Amino acid sequence: MTDGSAEGALGAFAELFGLAAPEPEEDRPEPSRRGLFRRLRESIASSQSQAISPQLAGIYQSKMVTDDLWDDLEEALIMADCGMAATTDIVDALREQAAEGRITSGESLGNALTAEITRRLAPEAPRIALGDGPTVILVVGVNGSGKTTTIGKLANRLTELGQKVVIGAGDTFRAAAVEQLSVWADRAGVDIVKQGQGADPGAVAFDAVAAGQARGADVVIIDTAGRLQTQHNLMEELRKVHGVTGKAMEGAPHHVLLVIDSTTGQNGLSQAQLFSEAVPVSGLVLTKFDGVARGGIVLAIERELGIPVTLMGVGEGIDDLQPFDAQAFAEAIFSPASGGNA
Amino acid sequence: MFDALTDKLQGVFSGLKGRGKLTEADIDKAMRAIRLSLLEADVSLPVVKQLTTAIKERATGDEVMSSITPDQQVVKIVNEELTRLMGGTNVSLAMSPTPPTVILMAGLQGSGKTTHTAKLARMLAAEGRAPLMVACDVRRPAAMEQLAVLGEQIDVPVHREDGATDPVKVAKDGIAAAKRTGRDVVLVDTAGRLSIDAEMMDELVAIRKAVKPTSVILVVDAMTGQTAVDVAVAFQDAVQFDGVILSKLDGDARGGAALSVRAVTGKPILFVGTGEKVDALEAFHPDRMASRILGMGDVLSLIEKAQQNVDADDAKRIEEKMRGGNLTLDDFLDQLRQVRKMGPIGQLMGMIPGLGQQSKMKDVEIDERRIDRVEAIISSMTLSERARPDIINGSRRRRIAEGSGTTVQEVNQLLAQFKQMQKLMKRMGKGGLPSMLGA
Repeated sequence: MTDGSAEGALGAFAELFGLAAPEPEEDRPEPSRRGLFRRLRESIASSQSQAISPQLAGIYQSKMVTDDLWDDLEEALIMADCGMAATTDIVDALREQAAEGRITSGESLGNALTAEITRRLAPEAPRIALGDGPTVILVVGVNGSGKTTTIGKLANRLTELGQKVVIGAGDTFRAAAVEQLSVWADRAGVDIVKQGQGADPGAVAFDAVAAGQARGADVVIIDTAGRLQTQHNLMEELRKVHGVTGKAMEGAPHHVLLVIDSTTGQNGLSQAQLFSEAVPVSGLVLTKFDGVARGGIVLAIERELGIPVTLMGVGEGIDDLQPFDAQAFAEAIFSPASGGNA
Repeated sequence: MFDALTDKLQGVFSGLKGRGKLTEADIDKAMRAIRLSLLEADVSLPVVKQLTTAIKERATGDEVMSSITPDQQVVKIVNEELTRLMGGTNVSLAMSPTPPTVILMAGLQGSGKTTHTAKLARMLAAEGRAPLMVACDVRRPAAMEQLAVLGEQIDVPVHREDGATDPVKVAKDGIAAAKRTGRDVVLVDTAGRLSIDAEMMDELVAIRKAVKPTSVILVVDAMTGQTAVDVAVAFQDAVQFDGVILSKLDGDARGGAALSVRAVTGKPILFVGTGEKVDALEAFHPDRMASRILGMGDVLSLIEKAQQNVDADDAKRIEEKMRGGNLTLDDFLDQLRQVRKMGPIGQLMGMIPGLGQQSKMKDVEIDERRIDRVEAIISSMTLSERARPDIINGSRRRRIAEGSGTTVQEVNQLLAQFKQMQKLMKRMGKGGLPSMLGA
């Protein structure tokens, strides 16, 4: 599946990190966006069970703006896990546009919807700026959200961009988590700092940052054990890991990424809130996004906490982590599937 | 953030007090509150619609319209409808009359399949069965390793084939191994995937055909949103699962996914996972889940935990001591440990209605480590000090602080609090903490 879009994706990554773009072979306008969008559309077209499609079809096929249309819109947003508050906000904003005569048909409503969502989530580059000396990235999230996999893929991309990466295997709790991360580190060809299962995660984080400094790494990525946001002890532990990282290097960690599974419902808001209380979450990573899992919770999180989405995982391959693209995301969820290019 | 439905309905109905009768418009308002509450709990929209229709029909009847406490009536109806939709009483796991019983575990990536395979194996072993776990997740790096480590922890053998690429073969070999070694339950862990894709389903179907499982269990993350229905339907169409384990229910997710899965597929929820430790697996109770979805806490589970973990005779003995005001620090330590056996204190608080809401929980956060320190302080005292705290003078306090790795201030604080408690006990004379826990 590595077609021309892979280069473009690498360019998008360079932008994400505020790095110089890799030597482009040819100049293509927004190649990454097209590539990512196509991937998303393909995965959506291939997923048979599209619970949301009747509503979307209802919207796009309608010639006029009717009450049913607003109901369809509300339902589509709710079923994408946007949550009631964000849904109401978006519907109200679009109703206002309709009252001003800017939305006159179902299709224009659909277009206004994707534009509205894009506006709310649109990125300001660079989202994960890399500074001088090792930039330290701490990766946190609930169990099973995809932290370890995300780190493996991120390390791979950074390596491709010529960055020297050190990974800290801070998930010392889950059985075989260190082994899993080691496999990823091998694949990406990066150094990994690890201790045994049950080791102090703070010590691992400290060692990883120290190793990163000693070895002249550009980026240090620290994994942490999955924890539910309500586990007070474990959130305290996370706070400590964060603090210890700062002791190893002033200003570290420079970025804290919260990994959220796209299938997550309204609990995602609680995750973002409580993780933010423990550590300064600077960006979200939306994993396992494939169109069936719609990930609308990021709209609720954006509305409530203003935390931007930085990355999204769209598949299982090592290249399937992409810089978040608000427009591709909005179109992937809210364009009618039947119009897709299967 | 999420107000319990009870609070919402109280808000809806509070303006009506004394008016005596509800209007159609009042009921509509209440229905909107119910709809919102269910959606916030992640119950899928089609199921919410189905429910609100049923609830409205009952709510417009006389029992509510003419009631002096319409909010309570409506909550009762909602609770009943939810419980009914989740299938009444709890269902247990089917065992094959001709061993080995084969259980196939399925689910999305990150739902907790591997962990719950081990939890289930541990539970079955504790019931006197001889389980074997089979590591068929040949895709995720180190997944087989994870199951092997878990197997060691719970002392259950694991069949694994390092470097294997064909999960069907591993599954078959696993069953053969179970027969050979006289294991009577085989739990087959499979690969999870991103959402539902054809390749994963084909693999599952192939394993299913090869091993002819007694039960197929779908592991569903309690935090799943509206997608739960799509996932359940896809698994139902492809592999016809027989029951569900709802994982990660120890967080603050309301778990509306449970309702969606049950309503759409008709398959029962068998167990709920309530923690990362291998013993954190409990039977599912629809009525309790209904309360949870409505944000009404789970008093029944709390009482059950207390009954399981607190020794009634002990409690009685301590209660008598308390009444006489003769409680020692040793007794206090005992009590503390008994309560902690029930689980993390924060989790226990979450089961108490009203405390479960995180907005309120913030003010009463329990720091488990402070309790650890209390345990450490008491453990650093001599037996005579524990029996007669009055003899603990300055130099003893310094020694205790040093021995427990705490400070003299902390020791002072504990002793002061204990003295306060003793006084309180004497005054109460009757009906202290143990009577609440013991009965």
